[in-house]
Amino acid sequence: MDWNTILISTGTLGGIGAAAAALLAGASRVLRVEEDPRIEQVTEALPGANCGGCGFPGCAGFAEAVVAGKADPTLCAPGGAAIAQTIGDILGITVEAKQRQVARLRCQGSKDRAVVRVTYDGMTSCKAVSLLVPLGTKKCAQACEGLGDCVAVCVFDAIRMGDDGLPVVDEQACTGCGKCVTECPKSVLILHPYDEKLSVGCGNQVAPKLVRKVCEVGCLHCRVCVRTCPYDALQWEGNLPKRIDGKCKMCGLCVEACKTQVLHFASGFEVDPQAKEQAKRLLAERKAAEAAKKAAQRTKPKETKDPASAPVGGEPS
Amino acid sequence: MELSFGQILQLIVWAVFVNNFILAQFLGICPFLGVSKKTESAVGMSLAVIFVMTVAAAVTWLLNQYVLVPLGLVFLKTILFILVIAALVQFVEMVIKKMSPALFQALGIFLPLITTNCAVLGAALLAIQKDFSFFTTLIYAFASSLGFGLVMVLFAGIRERMDTTIETPAGMRGLPVTLVAAGILSLAFLGFAGLVKM
Repeated sequence: MDWNTILISTGTLGGIGAAAAALLAGASRVLRVEEDPRIEQVTEALPGANCGGCGFPGCAGFAEAVVAGKADPTLCAPGGAAIAQTIGDILGITVEAKQRQVARLRCQGSKDRAVVRVTYDGMTSCKAVSLLVPLGTKKCAQACEGLGDCVAVCVFDAIRMGDDGLPVVDEQACTGCGKCVTECPKSVLILHPYDEKLSVGCGNQVAPKLVRKVCEVGCLHCRVCVRTCPYDALQWEGNLPKRIDGKCKMCGLCVEACKTQVLHFASGFEVDPQAKEQAKRLLAERKAAEAAKKAAQRTKPKETKDPASAPVGGEPS
Repeated sequence: MELSFGQILQLIVWAVFVNNFILAQFLGICPFLGVSKKTESAVGMSLAVIFVMTVAAAVTWLLNQYVLVPLGLVFLKTILFILVIAALVQFVEMVIKKMSPALFQALGIFLPLITTNCAVLGAALLAIQKDFSFFTTLIYAFASSLGFGLVMVLFAGIRERMDTTIETPAGMRGLPVTLVAAGILSLAFLGFAGLVKM
């Protein structure tokens, strides 16, 4: 090899390299795509967890959609109201604050409370079980499988599997991104306003006779909760009590009245005794008013008891 | 050398099945294992490879024929091709981003991944090693990347199935069982050996 070869090869390689560099430099100028600078600002403001809870591919995807006006700024659950406000400031739009939401369980059928139908010995994944046994391994078709798909999918470490075979949500860590909600094949987890401490812990809508056979803590359709509530915060809907947002004062009367603990408070919540007293008073007043009304009806001659005014499902026993 | 239609067909079958880039030549194993978790991304990666491999083979063939051979610098081809392919992919990425945002969305993340993919470089080098004409090189590169795409999508399907339906023993979970599956798939493709002689 002589000097010539070395020089030519160095020159060729360097020349082609320089040409490519010049081409790229020129191309980057000519072909530059104008990107909205706000996209970057929004991306920086976001938490960067890339949880996907908003439904967009990562925080950058969400930022792009928000700037394009295709997404609601409040969709970022981990960021909460503060980030929604920041995004609003960047984009110059007003943002309505959204209630903080957390994931809660709508099933309390733990290992020892729900009756097991089949013994499953396979891959520890709720999704896999649901493929093999669509009705579930417990007798209740709505019951939590307890194999922890939600625990695995949570990027905030907000869910752990409890000793009783039910997931436990750490409501402080939960950002309400809803990943577990979509992951759960049985729809056991639901997004729930954080400030509403009362939740309904059963999703079984079949007849009470059957519920009693499959689970100790299933709803027995007695409706005592609906009748007990002095604020009309519970509604009977789809064979289950339904809490109406904003109406519940968290007095705890329904929780005491429910024999199967379907209605329950989020862990760590203490009932305010004053609120309870007030609710009791209200309830007593209401009952007295109803009794007076009934008495007035009874005094009318020949009128039999109106079936509509009688409590459906019998007195609470 | 001019190719008849039959020869072109033979070349395609040979490049796709018999001499498959991934399973027979063990080129491009990195994307094969890395991007085959979901069928969707495997399809995206395959499209990007098909595109880049064909363009890269064409450009490198021209460079070799009209720059390296006249100057007697054929020994430089490996390093030069790496340089050219990397620059080319960057350039193509910019063009696509400007011209077709939709295509950029589909290929976007995969394009930079294959700048230095050995399969792309391999196609360019092998075409020159085998003394292909320009036209043959184009077909060869296109068919090879098609084979690459075929195996990527097949394997992504297998992996999706494996991940959801069978429980793998703890020690085999992840890459080990994936490699075993890749080996079995490679054995299956061995059935094509000798189908076409090139």
